[in-house]
Amino acid sequence: MQSKKLRVETKAGLHARPASMIVKTVNKFKANVKIVKDEKEYDAKSILGILSIASVNGDELTFVAEGEDEIPVLSKVEELFAINFGE
Amino acid sequence: MINGIGASPGISIGKVLKLVKENLIVEKRFSDDIDAELSRLESALEMTRSDLRQLIEQTIVNIGEEEANIFEAHINMVNDPEVLGQVKKQISSEKVNAEWAVKQVFNDFIQLFRDMDNDYMRERAADLCDVYERIIRNLLGIKKLDLTKLSESVILVADDLTPSDTASMDRERVIGFLTNVGGKTSHTAIMARTLEIPAIVGLSNVTEDIADGDYVAFDGESGEVVVNPSEDMLNDFRVRQNRYLARKTELDIFRNKVSITMDGREVELFGNIGTPDDVTSLLNNDAEGVGLYRTEFLFMNRSELPNEVEQFTAYKTVLESMRQKTCIIRTLDIGGDKELSYLKIDKEMNPFLGYRAIRLCLDQTDIFKVQLRALLRASTYGKLKIMFPMISSLEELLLAKSLLQQAKSELVTEGVSVSDDIEIGMMIEVPAAALISDVLAKHVDFFSIGTNDLVQYTCAVDRMNQRIHNLYTPLNPGVIRLIKMVIDNAHKEGKKVGMCGEMAGDKRYVPLLLGLGLDEFSMSPISILEARKQIREMTYGDAKEIAKQVLSLDSAESIERFIC
Repeated sequence: MQSKKLRVETKAGLHARPASMIVKTVNKFKANVKIVKDEKEYDAKSILGILSIASVNGDELTFVAEGEDEIPVLSKVEELFAINFGE
Repeated sequence: MINGIGASPGISIGKVLKLVKENLIVEKRFSDDIDAELSRLESALEMTRSDLRQLIEQTIVNIGEEEANIFEAHINMVNDPEVLGQVKKQISSEKVNAEWAVKQVFNDFIQLFRDMDNDYMRERAADLCDVYERIIRNLLGIKKLDLTKLSESVILVADDLTPSDTASMDRERVIGFLTNVGGKTSHTAIMARTLEIPAIVGLSNVTEDIADGDYVAFDGESGEVVVNPSEDMLNDFRVRQNRYLARKTELDIFRNKVSITMDGREVELFGNIGTPDDVTSLLNNDAEGVGLYRTEFLFMNRSELPNEVEQFTAYKTVLESMRQKTCIIRTLDIGGDKELSYLKIDKEMNPFLGYRAIRLCLDQTDIFKVQLRALLRASTYGKLKIMFPMISSLEELLLAKSLLQQAKSELVTEGVSVSDDIEIGMMIEVPAAALISDVLAKHVDFFSIGTNDLVQYTCAVDRMNQRIHNLYTPLNPGVIRLIKMVIDNAHKEGKKVGMCGEMAGDKRYVPLLLGLGLDEFSMSPISILEARKQIREMTYGDAKEIAKQVLSLDSAESIERFIC
């Protein structure tokens, strides 16, 4: 199991477009990926799950991946945050 | 005549096409053949995906890639494992038909989003409804009214328009939108402005008031709709339409041009905003910067003070959206006629002469400090200028500046990066400040004249008092002399002067202010192109002559007669 803490920097938080990008990316991997915030877990392959976090700019989210490709999936997700989802 | 919220300007006259919200009736059935239901579901989902993929391609061609993203999100919703998992579970365990399972699961999610206390997320419920409807239609085999091919020009009348409606419709033939629900920032309103289609939203009952095939005329700016207008009315709307189109073409020429007179005097035309959302209208109207961001709106209509992160986010959004163009952000101007429920201020005899704006901030420094820190943190995201309101003495200015310096040192110690290039300015609203502007100019980078208060204080006229409103005029020679004095004093120190009151955007006063030497005009976005046209079509020499004449006149009345 691998985890990574990432900070939401997009203006409107994790709205539909960045949420879509996460789902698209995570779906390319076999690992199970969860997002943990305030002790609640959300499925990172579910756009509604991500949207229902209703995270805003400045929030910290922990991504937890489990599976054979748990390392590459987290580094791809980290890249999305690093480019701030192209904003 | 029906009235709603003008959402996208322009005049439309034409025939109505009503989008009736069909009640997609979903009945509950039981089926033992679970596999058959699951495969019905699968093929409906596949059809939905392929509809959406087609819509994405259409949208990229017709509108833009940005707008197509929303349908990427729709595809993700169709594929959502949480949703699909629950739907399949209902089909297999409860042995219900696919439609029923889809309805139950989607309704739960739609409700979840509707209940969120966040406007953005509430809007996402509309996306889910859109996706839900698509899947159900495919399951039931009910085709939707096709808006892609229309045989004549129509005005769409609907409860609301979905993203799918606006993306797929025939843009050549749809000449207007009228909807029951929505506000200026709802999806329909934004799309209408993007597509430059006149629209009115929030008409509450328009789908009842207007029948399919009716003829309507409406004004997307004022929000008026006339159903089956008389010949006279129709002519009136045609005249308005021609006038609107002529003005639009005329002003469009002045986009992306500098605001410079024929003899080379260049000034800046900025816009006033109250919320980060207003930036869109500023950019649409080609503003060269933000001349006044009234931060008090961030503090209003809530139950507690906004914290540093919240304020930082708002300021950063404005700075980033303006892309390196100047943003003058004014610190909290509360008190007077603007009260906060959670900030108890004792009743005063004269609130406009009382505990307000910078006076309150310099007293309750904890509130002020939070705002200053948020501003400084945002400073690295664009070209920030900070402005203090209601300064009436040098001491206040120096104190405000030292608090700003303190906040900066704190942040630097904490390792937060702060821009080194933040200009500090103040508003000139109090006659005493105008009279000592020679002194104040040495301590600021710029002035911005707030005419609404300057007129009120100089003439001692309450601007809300109807009985004396004739005495409230920026053309009182006393006011004009103060404005001239402020500009001259600032220029002697090599500092610039702007104006962010109503006067700056009034086309009658632009030549006079230009002639007095004003460097920056900040107005409501809608006036910007008009003012640029005016400035580009005159000379600074003529403007100076007008100013000279005005200064020699002895009454507001004679000045008005001279310039209007």
